Formats: sequence, structure tokens, C-alpha cells
Amino acid sequence: MIGPASSPLVSTRSLRHTWPGSSAALVLGDLELAPGERLFLGGPSGSGKSTVLGLLSGVLAPTDGDVRILGMSFASMAARARDRFRANHLGYIFQQFNLLPFLTPVENVLLGCAWSAERSRRAGATRSLMTSEATRLLGALGLGQRTWSHARTGELSVGQQQRVAAARALIGGPELLLADEPTSALDAASRDAFLTLLLDECARHGTGVVFVSHDLALARHFDRGVTLDGDPRDSRES
Amino acid sequence: MRLFSLTLKSLRQRKAGVALTVFTIALSVFLLLGVERVRIEARQGFASTVSGTDLLVGARSGPVTLLLYSIFHIGEATNNITWKSYQDIRAMPEVAWTVPLSLGDSHRGFRVTGTSTAFFDHYHYGRGNALAFASGKPFSDLYDAVIGSEVARQLHYKVGDSLVLSHGLGGPHLASHADKPFRVSGVMSPTGTPVDATIAVSLEAIEAIHVDWHSGIRLPGMEASAEQARHMDLTPKAITATLVGLRSRLSAFAVQRAINEYPEEPLLAVLPGVALGELWHLVGTAENALRVVSGMVLLVGMSGMLTALLGMLGERRREMAVLRAVGASTRTVFALLVMESTLLTIGGMLAGVALLDAATALAHDYLISTAGLVIDGTPAPGEWPLLLLVLALGSLAGCIPGWVAYRRSLADGLQVRL
Repeated sequence: MIGPASSPLVSTRSLRHTWPGSSAALVLGDLELAPGERLFLGGPSGSGKSTVLGLLSGVLAPTDGDVRILGMSFASMAARARDRFRANHLGYIFQQFNLLPFLTPVENVLLGCAWSAERSRRAGATRSLMTSEATRLLGALGLGQRTWSHARTGELSVGQQQRVAAARALIGGPELLLADEPTSALDAASRDAFLTLLLDECARHGTGVVFVSHDLALARHFDRGVTLDGDPRDSRES
Repeated sequence: MRLFSLTLKSLRQRKAGVALTVFTIALSVFLLLGVERVRIEARQGFASTVSGTDLLVGARSGPVTLLLYSIFHIGEATNNITWKSYQDIRAMPEVAWTVPLSLGDSHRGFRVTGTSTAFFDHYHYGRGNALAFASGKPFSDLYDAVIGSEVARQLHYKVGDSLVLSHGLGGPHLASHADKPFRVSGVMSPTGTPVDATIAVSLEAIEAIHVDWHSGIRLPGMEASAEQARHMDLTPKAITATLVGLRSRLSAFAVQRAINEYPEEPLLAVLPGVALGELWHLVGTAENALRVVSGMVLLVGMSGMLTALLGMLGERRREMAVLRAVGASTRTVFALLVMESTLLTIGGMLAGVALLDAATALAHDYLISTAGLVIDGTPAPGEWPLLLLVLALGSLAGCIPGWVAYRRSLADGLQVRL
């Protein structure tokens, strides 16, 4: 179902998105990402960064144009197929409130595999192996066992919650990580530490990254950067 | 299964709201089933007001009229049966026993039945229950009276108390039989039938208090004292109606026809079960009103759940977005909410049934003594379809928040404007 290895991780073609009841349109210049490549998507608030992530994740359908991930075109898939594709190949980190408060931190991480047999298999296939992979990821992202085994999810600090969210997005080694300002609620020191650990872990699995932030200072961590204008009508590559 | 455990954990997180919703549904299920149980029991109790009696015989009128005045003590008999007719019926070879009923007097609003001691042996109600005595025993002396449980409860009578009967059934100027007071010889146990509101005396007693009466007035100069009356001929001239027991039920129709064609007097024999059925048909519309009310209560309960689910939906947009991000489809989001309302409904149903069982167990004796209702724990057969209906409604109600969440997660994508 996945295209040949040579196909790009992400390629977009003449993407245009209009919001219902609004005349404003988001127009995105064609993007292409190689497998494992890391892209920084910058731009002020309201420039449509989150919308781009919605389009790349297949949750939003573009008004015009097409998104291809791993050579598969979203436009050619039914809604359910897109959901399944997202479960199998994409990880997603929100700006905040990433976790379901009624699940433990480890259960939250395992949620990343819940709708994907493929990622469950890659994370170890059995419940116990998947759990140890989840705890390994949490450790690798700087969350010690003492923290996640004793605290309820709601008691974790924002930084700790973001680490759990990152572990959930990365468990089972998805090909692409989409991150929507995951560091905006963190202070500068923990932001850089978090980002370093996150990108290291992505490198381990060969996971490509599209990272959205208004904080252009973060762009140095990435292979490439794209900036969206404040006016969501046009974009240009930096 | 994954969805199921997610739903359970999510519900556990919202204990207070969940408990309140389950309680609301439990109450409406409680009421719905409670009304159903009372309805069935009331109907059954009614249908078995007289059981074990094969024929009810009175002067010719209509079956329901006869039933009303002779058993339910509503209205008055238009005509009597002569003592000779009664004796003829007794003498029929198919007849095993008879219980005469002579009505027309009252005591403080309660009707007096003149009868024989056979009444206590042969009058059955419910599932073949015989009359029982809470205290005392059947009448043995001429001026003995046996009172029903309701009479005892309302008038605070006990064995040994004396009472005075009144001539007629009520009204402002009741003539009293004050010269011939009665003594309570026994108090019957509650039955849930009109017997509870009855004072039973012997046929001879009815005759005795009327020896010096004619056409409803006391004849001046003819007064007979209580003692004098004892020595007079107290054979009744007529009775109001009689219960008839047959040696074999198979002869019921033949005996019925024979009595209906009795040449010397126009008589009417009815099968009590048939007449009771006809009567229930008349009063049965009330049960539909009950059902409508409990149906409304169920709707209110369901709306309560719906309000709670929709209210919680706002805080749960983030939850839905997270589930969408990890690959849950919009259908899954829909299913999650339908499952939630289904689980809440099932919880409410279980709690409601438990509540009902507990309430019926606790109120069992009280209901028998005050309302004459015998409600036992056994679920009425009509309850299963009702429970299924509740479940279907609950799941259906979940489709509304499910649909809202479905539309929202389509529109929101992964962004949530909090």
C-alpha cells in the first residue's frame, strides 16, 4: 500500500484551503519532504499553521490540490482509509492538553497504537512488550519512572504532559511526526531540552518531522524552514 | 472492546455527573416498572376479588350490576331472591355449597353483609386464599359481628367492642337499630378486596333487627326487644344474592342456564370471572392514564441524560480531537457517545430494578394493608419489553450527542477552540 521507497515522505501540490463561511484562503506553496527530513513551519498566529497540519494529517480536506504522504494521495482515499492511514503512519502532538486525563500516562502513550495494528506490531505486538516500549520512550524523552508511575495524568506538569504526548506520537515508529507548537507552553530551558530529546528520538526511528511554531528561534534545530505569512493567502519558502 | 474500556474509564473520571444521570434514569425506570407492576397486580387482584366461586346468583339485572352491588357493594340491589329460590338452588344436585349474601344495612359508612358461616369457609380471593382472622372468630351468637380489616383500622374496633347498625346505606337521617347492639366477635386479616370494608353478621341477625320493621320504617307498637327477637322465627324471607360452588366446574354452564331459566322468579347467574373481566374493561382506562404518565417520566429521565451528555460534550472536545489524532474515525467518536449513553442507561436500568425490588420488599405489608395490593418481587412479563424499550431509547438518545460530536470533529479537525 506504501509507494516505492524513493517516493517522498510528504508532497503537496497546489494546496488551497478555504474555511466555511470565510472568504480568506490559505494557499500553500508546493512542499516536498524526503523520508526522515525535518521541516520547520514558522509564521505568526493566525497564519494558518494548524490548518496546514490538519491538511497534512488528512483530517481536513483541502479545497483544491492534493497531499501525498509516502506516495499515497489523500484525495484518493475515503475518510475511513485516511483515518487508518493516519493511525498507521502519523504521530501528532498538540500545543497542549494532549492527554486523556482518565488514562494513566502509560495508557496515554499506548493510545498511539490503539487504532493501528501496524504500529502495535512495531511497538512489540504484545501488551507487555508495548508497555515496555512505552516506558522506554518516556525515559528517552526525559520522564523517569518515578514520575509517570506515581502521578495521575492530570497531576503532571505541562512539560511532563508534552513528553507523554511525544511518546504517544512516536510509539510504533510512525514515518511522520506532526507537531503543533508543542513547546509554546514551556520555558526556554525545558523547551530546548525537550526539542533535543524529541528530535533524537525521531532520528532513531527515521521519523520525518513537520514542526509548527511561531518561535523562529527554534528553526535552527531543523533541516529546513518554511514561513507562512500573517495574511493567510500566500506562503513562500525561506 | 478498546472502545468499551475507554468509555468506562472516561465515565469513571466523571463520577458525580454519571451518578446523577444514572440516578435520574433509575428513578424513571423505577416508576415505569413500578406502575407496570401495580397495574398488573391491580388487574390480577381485581380479577380475583372472588375466586373459587363458580356462580354468582342474584335477581335478574345485568352481570356487571349484580357484581357491583353484591361483591363490590356499589349501588343497591333492585330485587331480592326469595328464600324459597335460594333453597331450590341449594338443593340442586350439582351444587356443593352456597353462601347467602343479604345487604342493605350499614355501620358508619361500612356496609353490612348478612351471611352464613359458610362465608368464611368458601369465600376465596386472589390465588385461592381463604379469609383469615387477625383476631377473634366467626360469629356464633345472634348479635355477633365480624369486621373487615379496613373497618377495624378506621374505626379502631377490636374484639369485644359493640356497634350499632343503621338501616339503609347512608344519608343524613339514618334510622338506627340502636335497640339491638352487636358485639365484635372477630377481625379479619387484610385481603385487598371489598371484604375489608365489610361487617359480616348472620342472616338471622339481619332478620332479627328487622322483625319490627316494615317497608323501611319501624312499626310503632310492634317493637321487639333484642331478647324477644331471639325467640321469634328468624328464617329470612329473601336474600340479595348468593355465591354458588359446584361439585364440578364442568357443570357451570348447565347450572347457569338452569338458574337463568328458573320458572318461579327472574334470576341471573353469572360466572364471576367473566363479569369481573367486563367490569375491568370499564375501569381499565385508568390504567392507560397511568402508563402514559410513566411514559412521560421516562422521557423526562431520558432528556435529563441527554442534557448531561450534551453538557459534558463541550469539555470533551479536546478528548475527541486527541482520539481523532491517534487515528480514531469520526464513526468511532460517534460510537463512543452512543456507547456511553447505552452504558448509562443500562446502569440506570439495573439501579431502577434494584430500587423497585427493594421498595416492593419494604412496602409489601404496607401495600397490602392500605391499598390491598399484593406486589411481590416477581417481574411482570410486560417488564421485559419495557426494559428493552428503555434501552433502545437510551441508545437512541446517545445518537444526538454522538451526532453533534461527529459533526464537530469533522469541522474542528484537530484544532479545538477552547
